[in-house]
Amino acid sequence: MEKTQLRRQLANIRQSLFDQGFLDEQFVQLEELQDDANPNFVEEIVTLYYRDSSRLILSIEQALQKSPLDFNKLDALMHQFKGSSSSIGAKKVKAESTQLREYCKAGSGEGCLRTFQQLKKEYTTLRKKLEAYFQMKMDSTR
Amino acid sequence: MSTASSSSVRKAGEAVPDQFPAGLRVLVVDDDPTCLMILEKMLRICRYEVTNCSRAEDALSLLRQYKNGFDIVLSDVHMPDMDGFKLLEYIGLEMDLPVIMMSVDDGKNVVMKGVTHGACDYLIKPVRIEALKNIWQHVVRKRKNEWKDLEQSGCVDDADRQQKTNEDADYSSSANEGSWRNSKRRKDDVEDPEERDDSSTLKKPRVVWSVELHQQFVAAVNQLGIDKAVPKKILELMNVPGLTRENVASHLQKYRLYLRRLSGITQHQSNLNNTFMSAQDAFVPSMNGLDLQTLAAAGQLQPQSLATLQAAGFGRSTAKSGMPMPLVDQRNHIFSFENPKLRFGDGQQPHLNGNKPMNLLHGIPTTMEPKQLANLQHSAQSHGNMTMQVSAQGSQSSSQLMQTPQPQARAQILNESTSTSVTRLPPTMQQSILPNGTTGAVLARNEFANNSRGGGYNLVSPPSTMLNFPLNQTAELPGNSFPLQSTPGMSSIVPKGRFPDEVNSDIKGSEGFVSSYDMFRDLHPQKPHDWDLQHVGLTFDTSQGSLDIPPSAFAHQGYASSEQNGQNRNASTAGKAMFLLEEGSDNGNAQSVGHQLNPLFVDGSVRVKAERAPDTGSQIDLFSDHFGQEDLMSALLKQQQGSIATAESELEWVFHHNTPV
Repeated sequence: MEKTQLRRQLANIRQSLFDQGFLDEQFVQLEELQDDANPNFVEEIVTLYYRDSSRLILSIEQALQKSPLDFNKLDALMHQFKGSSSSIGAKKVKAESTQLREYCKAGSGEGCLRTFQQLKKEYTTLRKKLEAYFQMKMDSTR
Repeated sequence: MSTASSSSVRKAGEAVPDQFPAGLRVLVVDDDPTCLMILEKMLRICRYEVTNCSRAEDALSLLRQYKNGFDIVLSDVHMPDMDGFKLLEYIGLEMDLPVIMMSVDDGKNVVMKGVTHGACDYLIKPVRIEALKNIWQHVVRKRKNEWKDLEQSGCVDDADRQQKTNEDADYSSSANEGSWRNSKRRKDDVEDPEERDDSSTLKKPRVVWSVELHQQFVAAVNQLGIDKAVPKKILELMNVPGLTRENVASHLQKYRLYLRRLSGITQHQSNLNNTFMSAQDAFVPSMNGLDLQTLAAAGQLQPQSLATLQAAGFGRSTAKSGMPMPLVDQRNHIFSFENPKLRFGDGQQPHLNGNKPMNLLHGIPTTMEPKQLANLQHSAQSHGNMTMQVSAQGSQSSSQLMQTPQPQARAQILNESTSTSVTRLPPTMQQSILPNGTTGAVLARNEFANNSRGGGYNLVSPPSTMLNFPLNQTAELPGNSFPLQSTPGMSSIVPKGRFPDEVNSDIKGSEGFVSSYDMFRDLHPQKPHDWDLQHVGLTFDTSQGSLDIPPSAFAHQGYASSEQNGQNRNASTAGKAMFLLEEGSDNGNAQSVGHQLNPLFVDGSVRVKAERAPDTGSQIDLFSDHFGQEDLMSALLKQQQGSIATAESELEWVFHHNTPV
């Protein structure tokens, strides 16, 4: 009884991640890749993503502190970051990345900085939400 | 009976394509570990064989190290160590593998850049598994195009030859000889370095074209202009110690191919030289030693794409009739080798038309294999095909032979020869000819067709107009004497693999062939017994052994196993598939794709073997052995006629190989 409830709760949380625009269909695609060979595939990917992208975030932060801004460098980093983010279906993070790259192209340092703050916020929020989700998922299968 | 066999044949045909995309060897290059992991998982779910690479440089060295170790490359566009486009360029230059670019960038410019750099596809990230499920098609398409290249260049060259011969106002062998010689000369200029380079691979360190070296090279070429750039001048401009003219020549060839691929435009007839070269090039990059050499042969013998055409036609008709034909034909092939020897040895060729067929004879049988090989790149395929194709020819040449001795029986012979060759050819022929005249390409093909036809038929009526001829022939033939041949009935018998006994006793089971062979005998009563078994055995044995194909694949000379049959058939059908697809005709398209896939698949397994062996040694053996048997014949032929340039050069090539410097 408790388990069914937990499962329903889990499904709701998952659904809310989509409804609130944190995730897109790419995440579903990842879920579909999960099979007996890799039962925790999605979680592994997300973990890998956060481990690798935190390095990128750091580089981007550093690049943003430079003056004058090297927009090409910044754009290259953002491109990479966007690639990773889109591959896990991090919809909001991806959207911010796109925005930041627009500012790069436009040469707007101020826009870049502002968007980056927004991006980091989304990035962190998603991380917390996903971590909570995976934790609950683990509990439900126990 | 016919139904039984056709159903079994169908089964054989279906079984392999089912598995085909599985095992496709994919190299994924992406610096982003998350993407890489996801891609790997997706590709594995597609049942591909995946190799991961997070650096472009690593990917390149992997590709260099395991030539022929991958079927397709998926590469990210932006990578820190090397731009994905750069990698794409190198792969295009050196391996000629299909490359799919991936990027989160979907801007038109970036996608365009991918296309212009030769990417076969551009996937926007995040990549979906649906897109990956289909990537095998690029592998198939690539190979199909290689066929096309070959065929087209064949056309062009052929057209050229035809022109020449027309200028000479007759079809005497001297005219032909001239053109053969021409192509030989061209070959010497262009190809020899490559050959030498390759035959001595083991002894001589190969030049590694580093980024810098390549840039120097490109700079030199640009300075000279691509059309005027010749190895010697490039070498002078580059001024790199240790670099030889041969190195440059070989690289130039690849580079030209690369440029041509970028332009993505098929060459025109006027562009003969270019086409010629690039057609050869087409095979250069992805192949190892053997292939390079074969391509030399292929290049040189280009005019004889007749062979290809025939094979294709052959494959096609066989497919229709249910396939077994190849087996029958293999016998023919043997015969034809045997025949010329006797024939020419006897000095019986002084007939008016004798020259012509001889020319064909030499040209074709020798050309076949190398070209095939070159085409298919892989031993397995080439093996299958080789036999096939040769056989197609064999039969043709035998029919020609028939003609020589008895010119007065021409009409009859005409029928005969048509029926034999035509059974195989008609579908292709008709298709290529009927849509006639509209585009340049078609025209080329037509001429090509004509030419190949011409080869066979000129003999009967030398000054025939090329265009009309084939048309008439084809139209006429099916109705003619041998309806049976193309019917499934006959074919059904063959697959039973009575190779050994049939050879001597001749094809009792196959009605179509029975008649044709009987005719042979009538015309040619003293010869038939010379078609001996041993040769059959030998030829196959060599190929079998040296190719290192598991016993199951080549079930001894008996060819009894149905797998064998399947394989054979598939190989031959590859040709058909190419033609079909190319002409855009659809009937049997799906089927032909299947067939085409087949060899690819088969080939995969064989390749693994080849890799295990240190080099392509085994394949080389195949050739030397194989040709070794023909040496005698060729030698004889050589004495007979100058027009044997082809056969000759073939031999040179073989020797070359046998005695590496």
